[in-house]
Amino acid sequence: MRVALFVPCYVDQLAPDTAMATLRVLESVGCEVHYDPEQTCCGQPFLNLGALRETRGLAERHAARFRGFDAVVSPSASCVATIRAHYPKLGLSGMLPARTFELGEFLVRKLGRTQLGARFPRRVAILQSCHGVRTLGLARASELGPAGKARAGPGTTEQLLNQVTGLRLVTPERADECCGFGGAFSLKLPEVSARVGRARLTALQECGAEVVTGTDTSCLLHLEGLRRRLGFGPEPVGLAEILASGIDP
Amino acid sequence: MRAPPLERRARRVLPNDAAVARHDAAVYDLRRRRDAAAARVPDWEALREHARALKHYSLDHLDTLLLRFEKRALAAGADVHWAIDAAALCDIVGGLLEERGVHRVVKSKSMLTEECALNPSLARRGIEVVDTDLGERIVQLAGEPPSHIIVPAIHKSRAEIGALFHEKMGTPAGETDPERLTRLARRNLRQHFLQAEAGITGANFAIAETGSLVVVTNEGNADLGMSLPPLHVACLGIEKLIPTLEDLPTLLRLLARSATGQAQSAYTSLVTGPRPGGSLHIVLVDNGRSRLLADPTHRASLACIRCGACLNTCPVYRRAGGHSYAPPIPGPIGAVLAPARGAGPESDALPLASSLCGSCSAVCPVKIDLHEQLLAWRGEAPQMGLGEGTAIRLAALVLRHPTLYRRAGRWLRRAWPLLSRRWPGNPVSGWLRGRELPAHPGPSFEERMRQRGSSQ
Repeated sequence: MRVALFVPCYVDQLAPDTAMATLRVLESVGCEVHYDPEQTCCGQPFLNLGALRETRGLAERHAARFRGFDAVVSPSASCVATIRAHYPKLGLSGMLPARTFELGEFLVRKLGRTQLGARFPRRVAILQSCHGVRTLGLARASELGPAGKARAGPGTTEQLLNQVTGLRLVTPERADECCGFGGAFSLKLPEVSARVGRARLTALQECGAEVVTGTDTSCLLHLEGLRRRLGFGPEPVGLAEILASGIDP
Repeated sequence: MRAPPLERRARRVLPNDAAVARHDAAVYDLRRRRDAAAARVPDWEALREHARALKHYSLDHLDTLLLRFEKRALAAGADVHWAIDAAALCDIVGGLLEERGVHRVVKSKSMLTEECALNPSLARRGIEVVDTDLGERIVQLAGEPPSHIIVPAIHKSRAEIGALFHEKMGTPAGETDPERLTRLARRNLRQHFLQAEAGITGANFAIAETGSLVVVTNEGNADLGMSLPPLHVACLGIEKLIPTLEDLPTLLRLLARSATGQAQSAYTSLVTGPRPGGSLHIVLVDNGRSRLLADPTHRASLACIRCGACLNTCPVYRRAGGHSYAPPIPGPIGAVLAPARGAGPESDALPLASSLCGSCSAVCPVKIDLHEQLLAWRGEAPQMGLGEGTAIRLAALVLRHPTLYRRAGRWLRRAWPLLSRRWPGNPVSGWLRGRELPAHPGPSFEERMRQRGSSQ
């Protein structure tokens, strides 16, 4: 399978280890991975600010660069959600929205793989990123009620972590409450954002997690910033890095 | 740059951490109750979809429904008035009361009359309005707007309410027991009910087929207000119309469950025409609703049935509190409706006050895409105080050119020690307010890949 690695701009600059691990995981499951060093930004930050002209310019550029792959995979659920949910609204239809995946989603739902041979002997909690849960449907949101006969199983992240040797999954109170990041929101309303984040960090701490992981690198960076300021809370580690922990570099 | 209004107001609330935590817990408890109630309804999600379709059908046929409602309500003996805006509502109601020499009015909870500032308008005419919903009475005594649409005084602690009652109603000092406080307020309110010459209510729904109003409360205060005084004035937004009585159960099944987790509210009253010997005046209010109806992007927000579920699940509302929004409606639905009212830059900036987590859309009983609406407003109100047109354009320019982007990234990582300290003009000062920068990331992924390529 020809897979393009989509490394969002902020992951490229601020969390290169997560991008590296994503590449290793994809290669380890036998994908033919292509990395385009000319890629930059999908447009999400501009969409988030309501700057639609700038969003469209970047979205068109992104769509052109990622044309023609079987799948495009990224360690950032919110960027994937931007492409999946908003590119069609911007008039960028084509195959890209349906072929762009968050890493865990791609492994579980596209490849049907959960066992990757990873080993990570720590107590880990999931930060259920909102875009991953509510836009991509990577887990069933806790506020949704019964929907006929459909029964919600564990989400993709949980399925993957369940197969990691030595890993103990722990669950915080209000399991899928927002961490308060929200892109522009975190910069424009920093004290509200940090207050929401502190509550999440406290819940994660109280459930005994040593590590917090998730599908959205941006939420994890926000928690890392809070943790360094407040001096408590589990260590954020990208899902890709946990999954790559059993794979030789 | 000045922080957005919600952040500025929240900064006055947030330092009282215990109060913030108490508010968050009290409001989240409503969300938990709602979840439990929803879980007991088979096909809850299908019920939401049905309600969405019903409300949208009603909005699509609002013109005919309104005229049918007027005809049936008149036939049932009510008077029907049309108010184009808030001023018209205040004139109509004020006029009705003045004509009849009314000086004392009891009012049950109505977000519409809050929206139209009816109380202060009547006060200027020398008419005393007593709010009879307990929470609403508390905020009225405190001289504050409601901070929540279902539980208007949720921001107040028991001790604060006890002190307020002591000051305003002469209840015993130091009384904080909720049951005793409620009993004292009830005794006080009874006097107002008995003395009132008119009762003002809102309505949760209006049924076109029968000309009936549907009024839902837990305290029965609206029922007293409708049945004790000789005059009943009901004020409702035109979006409250539904076609038939048969459509009502769908919405009633959702309303109380979404609001408080109750299967049904304590009192659900249908009012068709005036009571014997009394008179009923119904005021149908537009106040910007028909403009919203004509807006394809935002008309869905007119489907709101005012259950408050989006407030209860909102991580921002629960911490910032209702008074950090623009009155009268806080939370996600308030932030969606505020710019539609065109009330000025303060409310235009509210759509930014959301992490866009989307939980509001997922709890909404009529499936309003609230977080998408918030995002859409950001695009429609570029003047909403971002003050960064140039910075945004520059950032987009850099990101369209990989060479510029890489160079900017290198500068960013080189300036890391400088950026991680607070100084005036630091471009990441927003981030540093409450957070540190993460550890220095080292070379970018692109740089590492280039190295990997050259070493192979």
